[in-house]
Amino acid sequence: MTYIAKPKLHHPQLPVNKLGFTRRDYEGAVSTLCAGCGHDSISAAIIQACFELDLPPHRIAKLSGIGCSSKTPTYFLSSSHGFNSVHGRMPSVLTGANLANRELIYLGVSGDGDSASIGLGQFAHSVRRGVNMVYIVENNGVYGLTKGQFSATSDRGSKSKKGSVNTDAAIDMVLLAMELGATYVARSFSGDKAQLVPLIKGAILHRGAAFIDCISPCVAFNNHAGSTKSFDYVREHNEAVNQLDVMLPRETITADYAPGEVEEVTQHDGSVLKLRKLAAEYDVHDRIAAMNFLQERKAAGEIVTGVLHVDPDPEDLHAHLGTVQAPFNRLGERELCPGSAALDAFNAAHR
Amino acid sequence: MSQPKINDFVVKFANINGSGSASANQLFAKSILRMGVPVSPRNIFPSNIQGLPTWYEVRVSEAGYLGARGGVDLMVAMNPQTWDRDVLGIDPGGYLFYDSTKPLAKSKFREDVRVIGVPLTEICNREYSDPRQRQLFRNIVYVGALAALLDIDVAEIEKLIGEQFQGKDKLIAPNIRALHLGRDYTKTHFECPIGLSVRRAYAVENRIFIDGNSAAALGCVYGGATVAAWYPITPSSSMAEAFARQCRTYRKDATGGNRYAVIQAEDELASIGMVIGASWNGARAFTCTSGPGISLMQEFIGLAYFAEIPAVIFDVQRGGPSTGMPTRTQQADVLACAYASHGDTKHVLLFPEDPAESFDFAADAFDIAERLQTPVFVMLDLDIGMNDRLSRPLAWDDSRRYDRGKVATFDALESGREFGRYLDVDGDGITYRTYPGTHPSRGAFFTRGTTKDRYARYSEAGPDYLDNMQRLLRKFETAKDVVPKPVLRPGLQPSRLGVIYYGSTSPAMHEALDTLEQRGLHFDAMRVRAFPFHDQVEDFIAEHDHVFVVEQNRDAQLRMLIVNECEIDPAKLTPVLHYDGTPITARFIVKEIAEDAAALKVTPMRKVLP
Repeated sequence: MTYIAKPKLHHPQLPVNKLGFTRRDYEGAVSTLCAGCGHDSISAAIIQACFELDLPPHRIAKLSGIGCSSKTPTYFLSSSHGFNSVHGRMPSVLTGANLANRELIYLGVSGDGDSASIGLGQFAHSVRRGVNMVYIVENNGVYGLTKGQFSATSDRGSKSKKGSVNTDAAIDMVLLAMELGATYVARSFSGDKAQLVPLIKGAILHRGAAFIDCISPCVAFNNHAGSTKSFDYVREHNEAVNQLDVMLPRETITADYAPGEVEEVTQHDGSVLKLRKLAAEYDVHDRIAAMNFLQERKAAGEIVTGVLHVDPDPEDLHAHLGTVQAPFNRLGERELCPGSAALDAFNAAHR
Repeated sequence: MSQPKINDFVVKFANINGSGSASANQLFAKSILRMGVPVSPRNIFPSNIQGLPTWYEVRVSEAGYLGARGGVDLMVAMNPQTWDRDVLGIDPGGYLFYDSTKPLAKSKFREDVRVIGVPLTEICNREYSDPRQRQLFRNIVYVGALAALLDIDVAEIEKLIGEQFQGKDKLIAPNIRALHLGRDYTKTHFECPIGLSVRRAYAVENRIFIDGNSAAALGCVYGGATVAAWYPITPSSSMAEAFARQCRTYRKDATGGNRYAVIQAEDELASIGMVIGASWNGARAFTCTSGPGISLMQEFIGLAYFAEIPAVIFDVQRGGPSTGMPTRTQQADVLACAYASHGDTKHVLLFPEDPAESFDFAADAFDIAERLQTPVFVMLDLDIGMNDRLSRPLAWDDSRRYDRGKVATFDALESGREFGRYLDVDGDGITYRTYPGTHPSRGAFFTRGTTKDRYARYSEAGPDYLDNMQRLLRKFETAKDVVPKPVLRPGLQPSRLGVIYYGSTSPAMHEALDTLEQRGLHFDAMRVRAFPFHDQVEDFIAEHDHVFVVEQNRDAQLRMLIVNECEIDPAKLTPVLHYDGTPITARFIVKEIAEDAAALKVTPMRKVLP
């Protein structure tokens, strides 16, 4: 495999955002994933979301584990620092990075093998600590790079490409994230960019542990009849509970909605999540009710998508730890070293 | 009757875990220090919380020998469960102190040991009604009795009690009363002092009394660590706890904000992952663990080595896996750390000898890790980490600046100077890194393990891999002059024999060298303080006909490392190995080396003294 840089030439009239960047400025190297891979659509959605939010790319850190999904950070945001870490251990690396500099945006990209199997523990603990991050699982229910083994999110009874049937229960990462206290939880489908882009934007603006489970069919190993993660199956069973529009604090709200149809959630930074309800009874604030709803629909064979839970005023790990506002990586001797006088006193107390 | 021993004896306390004996025993040890006489106490604690045996051994040595001595002159036998074994452990002519409230059969004693029975329980039952008070004050009562027997200045103990309960002043008087109950009874019933006594001296000087884990933790505070991630494991947990405690004192800003983060992680994998993430992002971060934790961190350590991310890892070494031996000391992780992880790796190790050096090396480790952009292991062990040790005072030069290593700043990137994350512009194998978020369009790179070229672009090409691996070797060469140099202790007379030792073996080794010298056996000694080995280590071996390598593990791990890395003939290096879980003693070293030296037909310069 070689490194393929994307040519920088682009159409002269490409739209620019408030920073003067075009969408192309948020791209990365050419993808080496299979043609038609759902993951590439997610990369495109990340690019679109960052472009639309006018984010300076260098203020984002993208971290991943190991696997097809974890290769994708090479394919977006080439001006951001990236870290392709260890299988299943991206969450701890991200947590450490976040502690070192609370001012950057941390984008954790993982897969179902990376996060539901080898990394289930780290996924769980980063969520329960409330690390301020966007954690995206590109969920295809299969191990791609090692050629088609079931993953821990494969549904019981689903068939592999070679015909074997999965007999183990599936881990539902969305329910798990909600149980563990994630303060922004969403599910989407790589084939539904209109839904996915605002979900990513909402997650980036969220100041806590934001988790997105994105079903992303594997065209090579998990897109056949009998799979429950194929394009056809997901399209047939996708039930969106709401449709999200993200309004930045500076934006005037122009869209018209019928009364009662829209729920507004104002996040900590002033951004407004406008949720057009599709399932009338669904309440994103009520975590317990939401979890019950998800369980019921899951039992009925539906894949519920949309913003599933959001706490508009979350507390993150830095708040729990009471850390200073200044990033640790900007503190020097003056702030950190108590000096020789304090040491003399320390010595005196130990005689 | 043997000669009275003044300021040179060993007292061992056999207690029951959870009985409140620890603070009374420490009070005893400190009172001797306050009389100007060096002591070195050691905790011997099986892996239990309450109700099971624990020992505290105090060596009193005006000569300043702080290593374990072996043998017991006075046994304070407070635990019936271990009585037989404890009585057996007393040197002939020694003393047995016990609670004589209940009469014991004559067969429970030894003819060659002098017995001092004080009815501690009876005294406490008479004086106190609360059961917990009876138990706690019983400990103070025996400290009072020992003060009488050993002629310890009671005013020093009273002062220490006053310091200990400062702010809880109500407790001072009852403790002092208990102290005098024991002292008065003993003075009335026994001839004091016994054949062991403490006499005021001036041998402590300005030294401090501190455990290595606390000193290392403070070194992290002074060294600028802001992120600590750890998982509880004996004997390293007290280091993380000390760091958190010290940060609460030293690391608050004016508004009460914390300039530190301590995370108790879900396991050691997450601990090292957080350290790597924080270091990658420009903070100084560390984890502290013991052998099993090092095993769990292997994959990440390799990533940090290849991706060239600083990481400071404290390994407070202990005996093998599981529970039991793990509460005993060893130096058995040398190879596991030196070659940790998959692929071709080697790592920087630092070997502090005592708490003061643990402080120094802890602070230095962050400079070294950032200078070399690689993991650095600080190799403590239980003996240094969890025992109070007399140590030179900790020192800090206020003009010292942290060495953050080669970091390309915004201005450097803006100037247009070429940036390649793995581009060796200075020829020392160390390349420039950038912190995330530094510059809008320059200096961003993608961090991976091995699969990259000099510009951090994905590459599976063989030549790129070789280029990188060769540069990592160059960097390891550079490391030799960055890490602490070995310390030479030449013999009193020129010698063809050398001794190499490291870490917590120091105090026992110094005492052994003195003893050997008194016997006319002279050795040049070198204390290795770091890996990779400085050229002086090779020179030292070359300059001697034969070299002993003294260490506390079964497989002669440092010797193996020397043989391997310096390509030395193994026949030239004789291992001297102590690894039963107890700290190495001068007696052991002398016996082993003297025998081997005799076998090497080395003629002593003068007649061997008894």
